[in-house]
Amino acid sequence: MSTSIYFNKKSSSAPLAVFRIGFGLLMFYSIIRFWLKGWIETLYVQPQFHFSYYGFDWVKPLDNYTYFLFLICGTSAFLIAIGLKYRLSMFIFFLSFTYIELMDKTTYLNHYYFISILSFLMLFIPANATFSIDNLIKGKVYKKVPQWTIDSLKVLLSIVYIYSGLAKLNSDWLLKAMPLKIWLPSKFDLPLIGESLMQLEWVHYAMSWGGMFYDLLIPFLLLYKRTRLFGFFLVIFFHMFTKVLFPIGMFPYIMIIGSLIFFESEFHIKILKFFKKIILSLSSINYFFNDSKFKVIDLYEIRKKKLVLSIVSLFFIIQFLFPLRYLLYPGELFWNEQGYRFSWRVMLIEKKGYSVFKIVDQEKGTFFYVNNEDFLTSLQEKQMSFQPDFILEYAHYLGDSFTLKGHKNVQVFVDSYVALNGRLSQRYVDEKVDLYKEKESFKHKKWILPLNDEIKGL
Amino acid sequence: MFKKISLLFFISFILINCSGSGDDNVDDNQLLSYDRSKMLIHWADKIIIPAHTAFKETLTNLDNSTTNFVASPNQTNLDDLRSKWLISYKSWQHIEMFDIGKAEEIYFKSKMNVYPIDKTWLNNNIEKGSYDLESPNNYSSQGFPALDYMLYGIGLDDVSILNKYTKNTNYTNYLTALVNKMVSGTDIVINDWTAYRTTFINSFENTASSSVNLLTNDFIYYYEKGLRANKVGIPAGVFSGGPLNGNVESFYKKDISKDLLLEALGATIKFFNGTSYDGLSSGPSLKSYLSHLNSNKEGSSLDSEITVKLNSALTQVNSLSNNFVIQIESDNSKLLVTYDALQAVVVLLKVDMLQAFNINVDYVDADGD
Repeated sequence: MSTSIYFNKKSSSAPLAVFRIGFGLLMFYSIIRFWLKGWIETLYVQPQFHFSYYGFDWVKPLDNYTYFLFLICGTSAFLIAIGLKYRLSMFIFFLSFTYIELMDKTTYLNHYYFISILSFLMLFIPANATFSIDNLIKGKVYKKVPQWTIDSLKVLLSIVYIYSGLAKLNSDWLLKAMPLKIWLPSKFDLPLIGESLMQLEWVHYAMSWGGMFYDLLIPFLLLYKRTRLFGFFLVIFFHMFTKVLFPIGMFPYIMIIGSLIFFESEFHIKILKFFKKIILSLSSINYFFNDSKFKVIDLYEIRKKKLVLSIVSLFFIIQFLFPLRYLLYPGELFWNEQGYRFSWRVMLIEKKGYSVFKIVDQEKGTFFYVNNEDFLTSLQEKQMSFQPDFILEYAHYLGDSFTLKGHKNVQVFVDSYVALNGRLSQRYVDEKVDLYKEKESFKHKKWILPLNDEIKGL
Repeated sequence: MFKKISLLFFISFILINCSGSGDDNVDDNQLLSYDRSKMLIHWADKIIIPAHTAFKETLTNLDNSTTNFVASPNQTNLDDLRSKWLISYKSWQHIEMFDIGKAEEIYFKSKMNVYPIDKTWLNNNIEKGSYDLESPNNYSSQGFPALDYMLYGIGLDDVSILNKYTKNTNYTNYLTALVNKMVSGTDIVINDWTAYRTTFINSFENTASSSVNLLTNDFIYYYEKGLRANKVGIPAGVFSGGPLNGNVESFYKKDISKDLLLEALGATIKFFNGTSYDGLSSGPSLKSYLSHLNSNKEGSSLDSEITVKLNSALTQVNSLSNNFVIQIESDNSKLLVTYDALQAVVVLLKVDMLQAFNINVDYVDADGD
């Protein structure tokens, strides 16, 4: 059976070690960066209300203990980098990072979701087989790992790229160059290109089409040896360029380091040798790298192989299907955003909204408008204003708050206007629907008014 | 094959970069993007600074009249002082939206126009004869609304008002202190503009702290809170479930609430259109910036859409009674309709215009993706 032949294939353990070190260090740095920017305070501690993912409203920030959560997350990332108690550290990292991301969906980013699922996958991958502290503790080092463990990382990265490429196959992106036509001219303050290229319409089109082709082709360019170096050059160029254009934080670095997994073993062995040299130059202790101290084992055997393989297969089936769930909903995806998240739709639309809530006493007919600043931070208000699930959750929060304050027969209506990809704003939610009576579910939200336009494509 | 493609890509990248640096050497005055720098110069030299200078003149007159009135508190001097106060209050409506630089730093607008006043606190100040007008506790006991009370509200008629000033120097002292505070605050802001102008006009990037973004946000914020909410929405009761007529602007003089609103709305329209303060010329503006970006939306363009909505708001305001207290008591629904007309513009400014400019509603510090 060809599949069983494939699953018995072996490969050098070096790529996994490089990937593990890169992942751990980047995550460690991300947590420190997040902390130093004061975002734990402003995004998780200060807000009086947090937007939850459906079914996860039990995941809330822990007041000042939230810092402790980040401390645990950062520490586990560092332990992953050095390969100490790898599997336990990975498990703690996965749990703490995912918990952090679930605390408030205001801060949802595709690459945070990527980190969460990647760290889940890495639980099943022996990334500590070589060049780890675990080797020292156990006195064992593994030269090879099953080929599929390395390939699974490539598959996950390819899913991200290809789905984000497919998402660009729509009339706004390709035929109107939207939203790049809005974003790029606003970068007039960039040196050299700001006042020239960024202002030219053909550049907006070229970059829209270029971005689409990049996303769709890059996994293949990286897979084939002959195009790999060129592909990697494109990866660096593309991500550094988007880094200059947009405030996308750590994402470019994660993708660049991640793409190294596509390179052959010899390349990773060289990197590890380089690391070794640095460490040796820093400490005089030769002990750690004295190979005779280790029992060199040829292949790292996955324990409970069948179970692990079924979990990983199931994981990938879900990854393949999940981004397609939007097909189950009627209406325009970019407008309704039902099935938009967790689907690699990265920097895809420009959407702004304005939503004011009206609290009505059903019996007396009296009403008043809510000042959103009284309840939300400016980031929360911004995100809430154009996303239906945010609007509904906030409407319920307002309804509950005012009922608690003694208001009777509370109804909650919203005056909501949204502009998508440069279209003139239009009313977003049926203003006659009492949102306090609407329940969150995975069903289609009938109270979203349809977009007065059609966007063709996937 | 692949090598050839890579070579092709390489060459195209180099070409892109070369044409990029090449274009940059072209005459600086011929920008492809909207010339924000020119817009900032126009804003500073033709709108903001002249508006401040004109305001300062009205304030100097107000100050002189106060001196006369304090020296001899009689009906003639009271009438004169009242008329100077009104002229200055109208002039202020052209200033309040420029909450930037020094004005923002010293909480200028909070010291000039917070209403309703805190009557108990204010009377306490008069009685005690000592107060710190710098303190945020005193924001609702100073500025134009406090003068409104001092000139119209401390007695049932002019005789009893004059009596307060003739019999108790605490009143004349507080009046003088209020006007002095307004003059000194204005001096600080105006003097700073001499130096701040350079910083202001050179900061045309698209960052959270650049002049264009700051002032655009200030303009919208003013329109939304200072004008729409404070002058109309709050008194009409849209945030409270019932009208609050004590919250109208100039509650004691009463019959000028519409005039003040018209003045303020006129000032915002002028700023949006880029009309100079003296009304004689016009220049680069939010409106022309929008039409440059050609944000053409199904037939009508955004800049004219905003103008249409601003004008219909203006029509609504014109249909109101001069006295908003009376308007609220007789037919509050007219004020509610006015609120809706003003609100329609907020949506276009905050959603559509900011989207076209790609400016954030406020400084939001977090990563995107």
